Amino acid sequence: MSNKDYEMVIGLEVHAELSTKTKIFCSCSTEFGAEPNTHVCPVCMAMPGALPVLNEKVVEYAVKAGLATNCEISRNSKNDRKNYFYPDTPRAYQISQFDKPLCEHGYIEIEDEAGNPKKIGITRIHIEDDAGKLNHNEFSGGSLVDLNRAGVPLIEIVSEPDLRTSEEVDKYLKKLKAILEYIEVSDCKMQEGSFRADVNVSVRKKGETKFGTRTETKNMSSFRAITREIEYEANRQIEILENGGKVEQETLRWDDVSGKTFSMRNKEDAQDYRYFPEPDLVAIKLSEEYIENIKNNLPEMPESRKARYMEEFKLSEKDARLLTNSKHLSNMFEAAEKICGNAKAVANWLLSDISRILNEKEMEPSEIPFSAENLAKLVELIDKETISSAIGKKVVEELFEKPKNPEDIIKEKGWIQISDEGAIKEVVMKILENNPQSVADYKAGKDRALGFLVGQAMKETKGKANPQMLNKMFLEELK
Amino acid sequence: MNITNLTVHELVGKLKNKELTSEEITKAYVDRINDKETNVKAFVTTLCDEALEKAKKIDKKREAGEKVSDFAGIPVGIKDNICTKGIKTTCSSRMLEDFISPYDATVTEKLLQEDLIDLGKLNMDEFAMGASTEYSYFKKTSNPWNLNCVPGGSSGGSAAAVAAELVPWALGSDTGGSIRQPAAFCGVVGLKPTYGLVSRYGLVAFASSLDQIGPITKDVTDAAMLLNIIAGHDEKDTTSYEVEKKDYTKALNNDIKGLKIGVPKEFFAEGINEEVKEKLYEAIETYKKLGADVEEFSLDIAKYSLATYYIIACAEASSNLGRFDGIRYGHRTENFTNLKELYRNSRSEGFGEEVKRRIILGTYVLSSGYYDAYYKKAQQVRTLVKNKFNKAFEKYDVLLTPTAPNVAFEIGTKSNNPLEMYLADICTVSVNIAGLPAISIPCGVNRDNMPIGMQLIGNKFEEEKILNVAYAFEQEYGFRSKYKPGFSKK
Amino acid sequence: MANVSKEELLHIANLADLNIKDEEIENYLTNLQDILNFAEIVNNANTEGLEETIGENDKFNVFRKDEVKTFENNKMLLQNAKEQERNMFKIPKVIQ
Repeated sequence: MSNKDYEMVIGLEVHAELSTKTKIFCSCSTEFGAEPNTHVCPVCMAMPGALPVLNEKVVEYAVKAGLATNCEISRNSKNDRKNYFYPDTPRAYQISQFDKPLCEHGYIEIEDEAGNPKKIGITRIHIEDDAGKLNHNEFSGGSLVDLNRAGVPLIEIVSEPDLRTSEEVDKYLKKLKAILEYIEVSDCKMQEGSFRADVNVSVRKKGETKFGTRTETKNMSSFRAITREIEYEANRQIEILENGGKVEQETLRWDDVSGKTFSMRNKEDAQDYRYFPEPDLVAIKLSEEYIENIKNNLPEMPESRKARYMEEFKLSEKDARLLTNSKHLSNMFEAAEKICGNAKAVANWLLSDISRILNEKEMEPSEIPFSAENLAKLVELIDKETISSAIGKKVVEELFEKPKNPEDIIKEKGWIQISDEGAIKEVVMKILENNPQSVADYKAGKDRALGFLVGQAMKETKGKANPQMLNKMFLEELK
Repeated sequence: MNITNLTVHELVGKLKNKELTSEEITKAYVDRINDKETNVKAFVTTLCDEALEKAKKIDKKREAGEKVSDFAGIPVGIKDNICTKGIKTTCSSRMLEDFISPYDATVTEKLLQEDLIDLGKLNMDEFAMGASTEYSYFKKTSNPWNLNCVPGGSSGGSAAAVAAELVPWALGSDTGGSIRQPAAFCGVVGLKPTYGLVSRYGLVAFASSLDQIGPITKDVTDAAMLLNIIAGHDEKDTTSYEVEKKDYTKALNNDIKGLKIGVPKEFFAEGINEEVKEKLYEAIETYKKLGADVEEFSLDIAKYSLATYYIIACAEASSNLGRFDGIRYGHRTENFTNLKELYRNSRSEGFGEEVKRRIILGTYVLSSGYYDAYYKKAQQVRTLVKNKFNKAFEKYDVLLTPTAPNVAFEIGTKSNNPLEMYLADICTVSVNIAGLPAISIPCGVNRDNMPIGMQLIGNKFEEEKILNVAYAFEQEYGFRSKYKPGFSKK
Repeated sequence: MANVSKEELLHIANLADLNIKDEEIENYLTNLQDILNFAEIVNNANTEGLEETIGENDKFNVFRKDEVKTFENNKMLLQNAKEQERNMFKIPKVIQ
């Protein structure tokens, strides 16, 4: 038997921090990066006698997320206590939702490997509070508790075990992230931990209908790590089964450096969260009117944007999907397209050079330092043949360094395209003179030699020569 | 003039017509504390010097003609599970021996807005779990009527302090009878308001769905006045109601003609002391004489209620008391090498036996495999109890029962038998289960001169009715002029 | 009739993060047993078709506006901690 005989079954529990101004149960700020224990009060610090009061925006945002993922919205919902001791949870219980979550039975559509649409079920979306942060102290060997994050609102989005490959997981997560960004309920900054996932993986022989024993890896906050973890974990489980062993149901921790998972808890510490209805909060009863109102004000979703891009701009499915996976990228695309009218070129720049640089710099599309106007201007300069695409690439690099009008950049750098016939001719003659062999090759029927000569000319002009004119002139001279 | 014998409404009058100053009143209470506190042991913290200081300031304000509240300069005692900023709030627990609250409870804020003077924090059963105040980590409070007896609990310090005239009035908290039962044992008035009438913000939680703060006072008028001060919606407590502000003293019109009083016969059944019953039946006769329409009926909920109460209260407590872990505040063990030991040793050293017993029980009933049989079932029985009360209130305006099965018992006689101690709450817990208001007023003494309490239960937010019914009896019977605590040791 | 075993008691104590000394076990077991037996009265109540009471009131949808308010006594929030460092609560090392 080999790995090919098995299939993976993956389910995800995604935690997304909501972008409210204040915490879920108190009026402390949710701002990231404050001095330790400055965004705290008796409520989030769990002082004796302090009581929670639910933030109305948290309910609204969760309902938005539910509607955007095709969920049914519960008319009757409530909060429950999940009891456990851990120093990042000062009340010794998290206020979550147990049997009556705000949203249930939704789905997100992705493409499977064959490119066919596939619905990934959303079991539920519920609201809960985030935990505080434990900092390790190198010197004294202790840990330090900072409760600024304690009480930041989260939604937990639980998927059905419908995912079968790490690629599907990647698509699902990117789609989910895009949706949450579109509806502006979470900024989904993965580096700040505001979009993270618990990954449940099991394997089973192909054709088997029962699920295998699953493991859960907690708190994954990078797409790449999630893909690696799933592959690793599936292989680990297959190996155990192939050797006649049994997979243990356990909670794991992913170590990105070694690329391995490790067991987090020992079994004697079996959890029993003793959920019960939170007596300090009252029921949540949502009216049709409330839900309709949110529904009617939802912005355009990535799915319909994607379809529109394919229809209106004739973009490929892949390009349309990649663009619409990020609200910021997609917004920038639309804004730039509106100015310059060249959708294909704008999409290309965003998906090739700009995405590459974002990747290299580990930046989110929201952190692109230049404007859609800048991008549109770049496309126009190329379209008007003021600069070449080669120079365009350099302009993009420059835009990331010192964002400003590309016209100013090319002026300052002296990158304006040479389109003067006399100047071009001079270069062409020089190159022909210096490369007699290539001239001979061309004349002997080797068309490739022309490319080489044009390349040499571009090099000579530091990429500034108008490539069409160069081509034309070489052809004339070589006739 | 015996200042400490005066009721608050009398003091208010004397402050107004300048017969007395706040300093004179406060001084009288400080002297009384110095005289009697060693016997009664009602306080965890006294604030005598601060109180005198503040009294002088308020007198100056009054003299200068500044606008002050009617109650400005009148002392008050506060149960030690109600947070007071900058002052220790211990819950009579080793766990919070040094705890200084960084904020005021909403009721504390309300007292301070009226310029009431905090005379100190009053003793209680640890975390309000108990019916005798014997479970205080610090001291056992004595009943001023017989120093060998308990004052009841858990607000035993509050009731004893009012009975012994160490404070003119006090705040208590009531989860299953913790205001009413000590009020009955100490011969004073105790009112447990409708759940949601008074903010719980800053009341250290025992059982969130049952806890309610209320007044313990010398008479019904004072209870109505203190309720005026503390009642009202609070945006910091989502379970507090938005009800219109009322002047509860206006309800005290003494007119109860034609009022329907229901007497649930099961509350007079087994386990209720004969002398207690006797006094209650006398009270019933008094009400008939006053023109009320009194009728016996069946309300078979007392035993279910008690079991339901202990399941729900302990379940909620087991969760509410999780936050005491020795990290941010509270007792921290010196004996630990890792986190688990820090938690377990701090909690095990910081909590007393009864608290631990209830945490264990509460954890058990919530744990997997038992939740449905105990907690869920109890929540259903709770609905049953509410329905039965609803039905009763379709017919009756007020229900009349004993407050406790017996008079105050001797210190040390029940503290080793938890179940027996729990039975002391049998008449009171159903009121909390259903979230109703109820008042306990003294209706006589037994042959040993120990007070007996009568409980009047009203429908939700009908405090005015029970206050007036209580007032009518009080005026007719005149308990305070007949009986006084003897500070004896019998 | 509830029948709590010693192991169960210790498991519960573990969940509640409380120590129970060997010599205390008997007493805890007896008390717990007594109280649970008493509590089982609830099973005699006819609750067929009754909803559970959740919280003690019929209120719903009590929300707060999403407006920042800073707690004014930040220093007092930390003053009760027995051990702190750089404005954080100090605890034994926790491996996450």
